[in-house]
This record gives sequence, structure tokens and C-alpha cells, in this order.
Amino acid sequence: MLKNRMKQYTPVAILAAAILLIQLITLISGTGYLLTQLTMSAWYVLAAVGLCMVMGYAGQISMGQAGFFAIGGYTTAVLSTIDFTDRLSGGLPRLLDSMHMLITRETIYGDTMTYLTPWASLIAAILIAAAAALIVGIPVLKLKGHYLAMATMGFGIIINRVVLGTKAFGEADGITNVPPFKVLPFFEVSGDFNIRIGNYYFAWLIVIIAMVLLINLINSRSGRALKALHGSEEAADAMGVNTARTKVIIFMIGAVFAAAAGFFMTHYNGGIGPSESSVVKSVRYVSIVAVGGMANIWGTLMMGMVLNFLSLRGVFGHFDDAVFGIILVLIMMFMPDGFIRKAVFYDIRNFVNRKIIKRGDK
Amino acid sequence: METYAPLMKIDKLDKYFGGLHAVSEVSFDVHPGTIKAVIGPNGAGKTTMFNMIAGFFPPTSGSVRFNDVMLTGMKPFNVAGQGLLRTFQNLKVCDNLSVLDNILLGHHTRSRSGFGAGMLSTRKSRIEERRAVEQVMPLLEWLSIVEMKDTLVGNLSFGEQRSVELARALAADPAMLLLDEPAAGLNMHETEELAGRISELKAQGRTILIVEHDMSLVMDISDEIVVLNFGKKIAEGSPAEIQNNEEVIRIYLGGSDA
Ligand SMILES: Nc1ncnc2c1ncn2[C@@H]1O[C@H](COP(=O)(O)OP(=O)(O)OP(=O)(O)O)[C@@H](O)[C@H]1O
Ligand SMILES: [Mg+2]
Repeated sequence: MLKNRMKQYTPVAILAAAILLIQLITLISGTGYLLTQLTMSAWYVLAAVGLCMVMGYAGQISMGQAGFFAIGGYTTAVLSTIDFTDRLSGGLPRLLDSMHMLITRETIYGDTMTYLTPWASLIAAILIAAAAALIVGIPVLKLKGHYLAMATMGFGIIINRVVLGTKAFGEADGITNVPPFKVLPFFEVSGDFNIRIGNYYFAWLIVIIAMVLLINLINSRSGRALKALHGSEEAADAMGVNTARTKVIIFMIGAVFAAAAGFFMTHYNGGIGPSESSVVKSVRYVSIVAVGGMANIWGTLMMGMVLNFLSLRGVFGHFDDAVFGIILVLIMMFMPDGFIRKAVFYDIRNFVNRKIIKRGDK
Repeated sequence: METYAPLMKIDKLDKYFGGLHAVSEVSFDVHPGTIKAVIGPNGAGKTTMFNMIAGFFPPTSGSVRFNDVMLTGMKPFNVAGQGLLRTFQNLKVCDNLSVLDNILLGHHTRSRSGFGAGMLSTRKSRIEERRAVEQVMPLLEWLSIVEMKDTLVGNLSFGEQRSVELARALAADPAMLLLDEPAAGLNMHETEELAGRISELKAQGRTILIVEHDMSLVMDISDEIVVLNFGKKIAEGSPAEIQNNEEVIRIYLGGSDA
């Protein structure tokens, strides 16, 4: 039993080693600037593995993951940019202050600014995303296949339009000057050049924690129910699994992962724009899960890391969005079960056995 | 038999699919510790009965009581929660899960841990999971599928997949089993094995409602038989009574494999 548990966490140890190794390589080769894109990739990976649970494991396609990412990002962008400096005598600011929820800092222009601690907006982001997933999920998850895809895409489009059409959300410009998120007295999530390495490790630490939670879930009673509902919804139902409830819960978990990712990314970048909520972003998450092998959180992590890194480095140039679209189309046409999966190795072995070994026999 | 109160009371169960009267006011009881068979020609409404009992769709009218609980109106997962577990005529196994996981799925109603406990892998949830494995392993041994426990179900033969479905339902330690044509698609040897197993289950005191086309199997294992034809109950009684019932012989047994 203990041995099984160790085996289960081996990939986590490998990931941790890889994260360390990558940082050492950038250090030695003097390419520390790459850590910025690697950090951003980590946040996108967090949203992608959340979707992987919904889509790959539970089999419920969601084309609205970017909407939840945006909910997390915009919640903190709005809440932590409200300046209470001139309104400190008001009832609400006084209450917040008495609860130690206000932070004062100097802006780049030399003014002082008093704002809500991002810890509060983190909780708000998670609660709002969970509530949105609950409200959207209950009716929408009754649908299947492309109806579900369209409905979740509709949710994503609504979020995108609301963001673009609302002054408080900065319309097409988004929200800038989002303050850093001070996690510890000596560490904050921000794009500050001096703490680039710290941010890289912090982001991947959060991803590692997320992976541990998901591995545990996958190997638990509820995880089995999730996978069963993908395999045969009727069988799961007949065996006592409340399938409707199970779908909504995993949809909420996926949404919370995306919202947390959006929250951290917004503090890391010091802002967020409407493109984060666009449908093409949602397609990106879907195509990463698909190329990662669908029911494969490790494949999703790997592909999410590599593809987002390349995309953020500008490798795909003008074809950035198209690359993800093409990947999705190719996977759907040729490997609807996803690319990186155990069976691929069997396919290759069978192919080799048939084509090469058979020929050798003659 | 009649000294016990019935475990299940089916009262005037009725189902229309549009204009098609698939099941027409069928009533019968199932007594604890007995095996009751439902037979009838193709399209007689047997599976429709099962689907109504198990909550897969509501009856047009009528009711099903189980242990004095009204099942009518319940969802399938709630029916399972009452200890009533079914298998499917057209196998419904989870191809993406191993044999062991498929069978552990049947254990779902006997454990409690939810998503939170699962994600945190709490001590309680791990103990529960270990207990679940301990409780289902004897079933795998009984059905001789232990060596395949880590194989994906999709890689098993049809007969083995049928065994997995039976084990999955038994993993719930059900108060009553609903078996919809468990011998369909099995070869003669496998059918004999199944008959032996069903007798063993009966010896353990399990209550079973079974739909089956294999007449020798039905006559062998059942305590009582209900005959449906075009949705109507045309006879009910012991195997001997059914074999000698003229109407049954005329419209059902006469023309087929009896
Ligand atoms: N979901 C449904 N919608 C419409 N008609 C249905 C549905 N399910 C069954 N029927 C019809 O109801 C009738 C009874 O079907 P049912 O499957 O209950 O028969 P059965 O006795 O199980 O037959 P078999 O021995 O072939 O399994 C058939 O005419 C069938 O076509
Ligand atoms: Mg049938």
C-alpha cells in the first residue's frame, strides 16, 4: 500500500527535479529571461490541468475555461485597484482596516495607495468562479457532446462580451497597474525582475501542489466515479453515483483551478486584458488537453508547458492561435482519444510487430 | 415462501412509449431469498419493466415498493442506494477502467468519502478504499478473474465482461439483484457456470429478479416465473406450472427453444 502511494507520486518528484534542472540550465546559459515565459506557462498549465479533469477524466467537454480564468483575473484586478486613500473614514474602509485587510504602498508615481489585500480578492475570485460554475453547470451539464461544447462556449462568449463592454473592466484596454501579491514578508507575486527566479519556483510549486491534489482525486472513490461516468454514464448511475452532482463538482473544481491561475497571472503581469477571456483562449486549453492525451494530467502538463512557452516566446508568430486550432483539428481527426496516452505505445509496438518483425519472418 | 412479507411489490406497472403500450398493468411480488424469473418473447416489455424498477425512466402509471420504500420517482442512483442493483442486457462496463476499478464502482454506495477527502487523501478515505478492495477481492476470486484485475475491461472476452458486470453489482452487497439476460452471448460452458453461480447466490440467501431467454436455465434456477407477452402478464407460477400452462405453451414455449 505504501509502495503504491510512493509510486503514485514518482511523477511529482520527476517534475520537481525538471523544474530545478530547467532553472539551473537558464542560470548556466545566462538565459534567465526565459523564466518569465516559463512562469506564465505554469499559470496556464494550472488552468489546463483543471480542464483535463473535466474533459479528459469526466468526459465533459468545456469550451469556456478561459471565462473562468478571466473571472479570477478580473476579480482581483478590480478589487485590488480600488484606492481607499481618500475614503479611509468611510464605514467599509474602516471595517476592512480593522480586519487588517487594507494595504498601503507607494505607487510608481510617488503617491500612496491604500487597497484591499489580494488575499481577500483570491478568496473572492475562487468563490465567484465556483458560484458561476455552479449556476452555469447545473443546467448546462445536462447536455452532452457538441451541445455541451456550444453551451459552455456561449458562457465563454458572454464573459468575453461583458469584459469588453464594461467600463469597470477597462473594456478593450483591460485593467493595468494591478499591485503585486505579497505572499510572504519577503516574497511577492509580481513581474519584478529581481524576483523572477522566486516567481518561477512559486508558480511551479503551486502547480505541483495542484498535481498532488489531482493525483489523489484520480485514485480515490470520487475519482473512480468521475472516470466511470466517462466510460458509461448509465453504469455509473446504476451503481449509485449521483452523476449530475459529480459533473457539477468537477466542473467547479476545474473552474476554481482556472480562476486561481487567472488570479496569479494577473498579479504576475500587473494586469489583465480581454483576450484572456476569448474563445480562442478556451480552444487553446481544449487543444492542450487533447494533445496531452485527454485523460492524462501529466501529458496535459507537459504539452501545456511546452506549447505555452513556445507561444509566449513568439515562435508561432502570426499563426499563434492557428497552431492550437490546427492541433485540435488534427487530434480530433486522427486520434480522438488524445495523443499522449498509454495506448499510443501499444499502437506503435503493434505497428512495429506487424510491419517490421513479420517481414523479417519471411 | 408465502410466510415472508414480499421484498418487492410491483403494482399495476404501466408504460406507454408514444402509442406503443410496452408494459400493461403488470403486478407481482418478489419474496426475500427467492429467485423470480421474467420471461416472454422479444419485445414483451421485460427490459422496460427493469428500467422502470431501476429508475431509468418513470412508469406511465403504477408503482414499485421495495422494503416498504416507494421506488417510483427515484433516480437510478437512489434506487442503487436502496440496495437494488442491476446488470444490463447490452453490457455496460466502463472500458476506460480496469477490471478491479469497474468492480469497485459497484462498491460506491458502501463508502462515503467525497471529493474533498479524495483530493486530500485523508486517512479515513484511504482506510475506506483499502476496505473496499478487501471486500471485493473475494468476488474476483469467485468469478476467476483475479489475474485480470488490472486489465482494462475492454480487453476481456465477452463472457468475462459479463462476469465483471455481475461482480460489480454484487460488490454493493445488494439486498436484491436485477439480472437482465445474464446468459445472453455466453457459450454453453459459460452458461452452465453462470447457473451454478446463481444457485450459489441463492444458497447465500440473495433475492434475484432475472430476465432470461435460456429456458433450461430459467427452469433450473427459478422459484417462480412471470410470463409477459405484448406487455401483459399472462401467467405466473412455479416452473412446473408454467411448463404446463396451455397459454404459455401456445404463445411462447411452443414455438421456441423449450
Ligand atoms: N426507450 C424506448 N423508447 C421507445 N420504445 C421502446 C423503448 N424501450 C423499449 N421500447 C419498445 O418497447 C417494447 C418492449 O421492449 P423491451 O426492450 O422492454 O422488450 P424485452 O422484453 O426486453 O425484449 P428482448 O427480449 O428483445 O430484450 C419494444 O417494442 C421496444 O421496441
Ligand atoms: Mg430486453
